[in-house]
Amino acid sequence: MLTAFMSYLGSEVSPGVAGNQLWALIYVLIIFAGVSVAVICMNWLERKALAHFQVRLGPMRVGPHGLLQPIADALKLMLKEDIIPAQADQFVFWVAPLIGLLAAFTVYTVIPFGPSQAVSDMNIGILFMLGVSSLGVLGIVVAGWASNSHYPLIGALRSSAQMVSYEVAMGLAVISAILMTSLNTSGTGTLSMIGIVQAQQQQGIWFLFKFFPLGLIAFAIFAIAMVAEVNRTPFDLAEAESELTAGFHTEYSGLRWSLFMLAEYAAMIAVSSIAVTLWVGGWMRPFPNLLHAPAWDFIFSMFPGLTFGGLAAIAFIGTVRMPSHSFFRIQRIGLAVFAALLGFLALFLLFVAVVGHFASAGVALPVALPPKAADFLRAIARFSDGIDYVYWFVLKVAVFMYLFIWYRATWPRYRFDQLMKVGWKVLLPISLGVLILTAAVGVIVS
Amino acid sequence: MNPAMNAGLNAGMAPVGTPWFFYVLAGLAVASGLAVITRRNAVHSALALIVTLLSVACFYLMLYAPFVAGVQIIVYAGGIMVLFLFVIMLVNIERSSKDRQFNRMWPVGLAAACALLALFLGALAKGKALLNDPITGKALWPDPVNKLAESSNTQQVAAMLYGDGGRMGEYTFAFEIASLLLLVAILGAVIMTKKKI
Repeated sequence: MLTAFMSYLGSEVSPGVAGNQLWALIYVLIIFAGVSVAVICMNWLERKALAHFQVRLGPMRVGPHGLLQPIADALKLMLKEDIIPAQADQFVFWVAPLIGLLAAFTVYTVIPFGPSQAVSDMNIGILFMLGVSSLGVLGIVVAGWASNSHYPLIGALRSSAQMVSYEVAMGLAVISAILMTSLNTSGTGTLSMIGIVQAQQQQGIWFLFKFFPLGLIAFAIFAIAMVAEVNRTPFDLAEAESELTAGFHTEYSGLRWSLFMLAEYAAMIAVSSIAVTLWVGGWMRPFPNLLHAPAWDFIFSMFPGLTFGGLAAIAFIGTVRMPSHSFFRIQRIGLAVFAALLGFLALFLLFVAVVGHFASAGVALPVALPPKAADFLRAIARFSDGIDYVYWFVLKVAVFMYLFIWYRATWPRYRFDQLMKVGWKVLLPISLGVLILTAAVGVIVS
Repeated sequence: MNPAMNAGLNAGMAPVGTPWFFYVLAGLAVASGLAVITRRNAVHSALALIVTLLSVACFYLMLYAPFVAGVQIIVYAGGIMVLFLFVIMLVNIERSSKDRQFNRMWPVGLAAACALLALFLGALAKGKALLNDPITGKALWPDPVNKLAESSNTQQVAAMLYGDGGRMGEYTFAFEIASLLLLVAILGAVIMTKKKI
């Protein structure tokens, strides 16, 4: 057990490729916890951001600035009565949320948070991701059918038609990005998620800007199709609340309903990470080829710590600015503790970045270090690198997640015939054209 | 890379628990396949069919053919079955559940299935006999050791279908003919749905 635990440390590949089941399991648990926390944060952020878009305050009561609202919501949903309609198909009704959840979380096995920070690196990575994320729609369809009610059924029908139409354009956009990976020095393309990012690293350009504007158009098509793929505004016809009450989950309540929400947000993060991996350079920091001096490495590795420092400062300002009424005393103490935690995290990250920099730069020390300490320093350097990779990846994904909220606040919902028209008559021809042009330009260039 | 880690890496590459996974998946595939034809409710049958298709995809993975497994998931489980469900949901379940489930020809079907099973078993027995024969060797079966490395499977499939380095692939002609056939089918579907072109 201990040897299996220790033998992976310092490995250059993901645990799945190294064949280390223990570490694969640890990574799975870390990712599961991380995604769940991200969904909770996203829940709070979405409510706050939407409220501010509409000049409201949003949740303010539970905790300072409503910070504890998601936890209160989760508790409420767990304690709520779990109703299964009498006429519903019991087993299918029960299994439907699990299908969506399973599909959404299975995708995370191949998402590359860093060159070795992934559960596994499959030869068919992107194919696997597209396939499994397309299984998520089965959960929605089956849920709508099993409810044995009109609105859910209409929502399910809409969802299945929408998903099948937008998957085509999405797949073609993805293929044009995959074609670009074959312009490597080795001459063969790859479907592996890690391989795709490494191809961008080798070619020294994000695929977003490759063959301008072809990469940009393909990315735009994917960015539109991915919103349709996860049923978000303006493509949320499956749960159109102004027409279908709540669409496919009308009959769901309590914990089951929250599983649908968890699956939806997990799927949103998953498709955003596909977009980040394929077009925006995955785990790479900005300008790795222009600003590649060790000093630049050091400056960019300070970013995670500085980000958390900024968050701590915001929380601290909130503490100071809180009204000095005795009603707010507990809230103020809570926010101060939160700010202190964020500050400690920032200090820890900065410390790791500094030590990692000096360990990897190989600064000559006045005294010779014992071998154990040297190993430890090397481990910290690797840990610091890992933090950088994960930070830049998560930051890029976070931008996409914010875009999802922004879309929701900005755009009205499509009508169903408009949706079909956009999918089949606009996106599909454009993506086909981009694919052909990308192939032609690629042949000319190589 | 230290030697201890290298050893761990090599040991890890060996497949784990292969027979166990095979029997679990085989049982799942057969059980869900039976459920497809015995369920009265068409949606339940469709769900069982999805389980069958997914377990077949897992078999492809066990056979070191990840590309085929991925395509199986995308095309069948993700695409075709969603369309199936789309159509089935529009069917009146109450009426169709009162219909007779098997038609009168089921003894013929059973006999045909048994004949096919006998053929498979016969081939298996003959293949085993040939395998043990020192002269003919492995005549009936392909080499049981996998030749395709899992990490380059997709590239090798591409080389077989499209050719490699200016040379035509082994299956290029058949592949292009099949794609032409599909194109004709697509055009036919468009023409049949359009009243006026």
